[in-house]
Amino acid sequence: MKSAVFRYLPLVLLAMAWEATARLELVSSSALPPLSEVMVSWIDLVRTGELAGNTGASLYRAGAGLLLAIVIGTALGIGMAWWKPINVLLSPLVEIFYPLPKSALIPVTVIWLGFGNGSKILLIFMGCMIPVTISAFNGARSSEQTLVWSARSMGANRLRMLWDVVLPSAMPELLNGIRTALALSFILLVSSELIVAREGLGYLIGFLGANGSYEAMYAVVMTVSLLGFAADRGYQMLMNRMLRWREQTL
Amino acid sequence: MSSQPQIAIDKVAHVYRPPRGRPVLALEEISLQVQQREFVALLGPSGCGKSTLLYLIGGFLPVEKGSITVNGEPVKAPGPDRGIVFQHFALFPWKTVRDNILYGLERKTMPRAEREEQAQHFIDLVGLGGFEDSYPSQLSGGMKQRTALARTLAFDPSILLMDEPFGALDAQTRHLMQAELLSIWQRTPKTVIFVTHDVQEAVYLADRVAVMSARPGRIKTIVDTKFDKKDAGIFKSKGFVEKVDELWNLVRDEAIKAERRAP
Repeated sequence: MKSAVFRYLPLVLLAMAWEATARLELVSSSALPPLSEVMVSWIDLVRTGELAGNTGASLYRAGAGLLLAIVIGTALGIGMAWWKPINVLLSPLVEIFYPLPKSALIPVTVIWLGFGNGSKILLIFMGCMIPVTISAFNGARSSEQTLVWSARSMGANRLRMLWDVVLPSAMPELLNGIRTALALSFILLVSSELIVAREGLGYLIGFLGANGSYEAMYAVVMTVSLLGFAADRGYQMLMNRMLRWREQTL
Repeated sequence: MSSQPQIAIDKVAHVYRPPRGRPVLALEEISLQVQQREFVALLGPSGCGKSTLLYLIGGFLPVEKGSITVNGEPVKAPGPDRGIVFQHFALFPWKTVRDNILYGLERKTMPRAEREEQAQHFIDLVGLGGFEDSYPSQLSGGMKQRTALARTLAFDPSILLMDEPFGALDAQTRHLMQAELLSIWQRTPKTVIFVTHDVQEAVYLADRVAVMSARPGRIKTIVDTKFDKKDAGIFKSKGFVEKVDELWNLVRDEAIKAERRAP
């Protein structure tokens, strides 16, 4: 408990510095409103339900896109590792698509699917699928031959073997890839909502900023970063649980 | 035993094709017949292809030349009639001891209660009571190999393929495991093909020892090694010592040849 307090001490110092800088008007109050006022706006945003509604819309988009990316990306990565034709077909596509800044696709997805949820989900799906596919591919390739053989000799057919041996063998690497995808999903979510959207946290940030409600804008920015932090922490806990079987020694 | 052999290997050859480099003739003209409930050791220097032969019998590698039949049927794929135990255990690291042992049983149609009972029986048989919920990473080498042995015995294959199963264990544990394997084999007679480069281990465990030559691997000779294995003083008996000596001389030439030819 005590160590946790110490760990987050720099955050407290930063908050105090922020408040002091704004109150002493070292920078203009429109550029940096005092933290206390940002908190007041945050409470207002919660009270009016504006924050909850837009958070819900954003989480739905990020969640749906990420879930699709995890399911399809894992299947593709394992397929590429275990079936040559899939590898031949997909690996050049992955290579070309990998370095493309996915935010460049924001206008494209809007042309395809419009201003609503579909375009955001598609964008997040496409962006997040790449790290998931690559990590599933690398993880699956590293599965041990003798484990595969053991499962086969105990009566597992090929599909069963992929599920029982290759997927869990790939899990440590795959879970790291998904963590990257999780962070990416927030980036793509907010940037796409900033550019074209009628709801969502990114939209709210843009809208409040354009209307000069800087305290409220900061409040939403803080909400987004808190959500990202909470998601990553929760994910790490899940990951440790799923990989409990590793690194335990007598 | 005049019945047809359980495993019949006829003029098998195998070419190993590494991802880079030239193909290597790993096995040539291998013929061997193994009767039901027989314990046969494949003895030879490292690189003689004895593990490759085991993998061919297991159905893990394709038989490209010659034929291998098990119970009269040609081997095409791995199957639960042939259980395998590897040198490095090959346990599922994400499963506990119990779940590892249950894996083969889950592939069979069997009520859950019966499965659990079977698994517990084999956990007790190999002396792993109290470690059911441990993960492999928490076990010693000997305990890992006990788990692997229990996992393979649990789904009741009629043939046990063992690929230097005690090679990764320290000398004392290896001795214990040899005695234990022998006593398990005497209680639940199965056909065993046991790959090893340890002469004494081969003579102690097997009914017959097939001595293999190095690259390309061939069966040089087959030596009868039936002893009264229950005799506690067997290791010092004249017959045993002489047999070990005889086999040692056969293997040594091959080991020297293999060393000189090693790339």
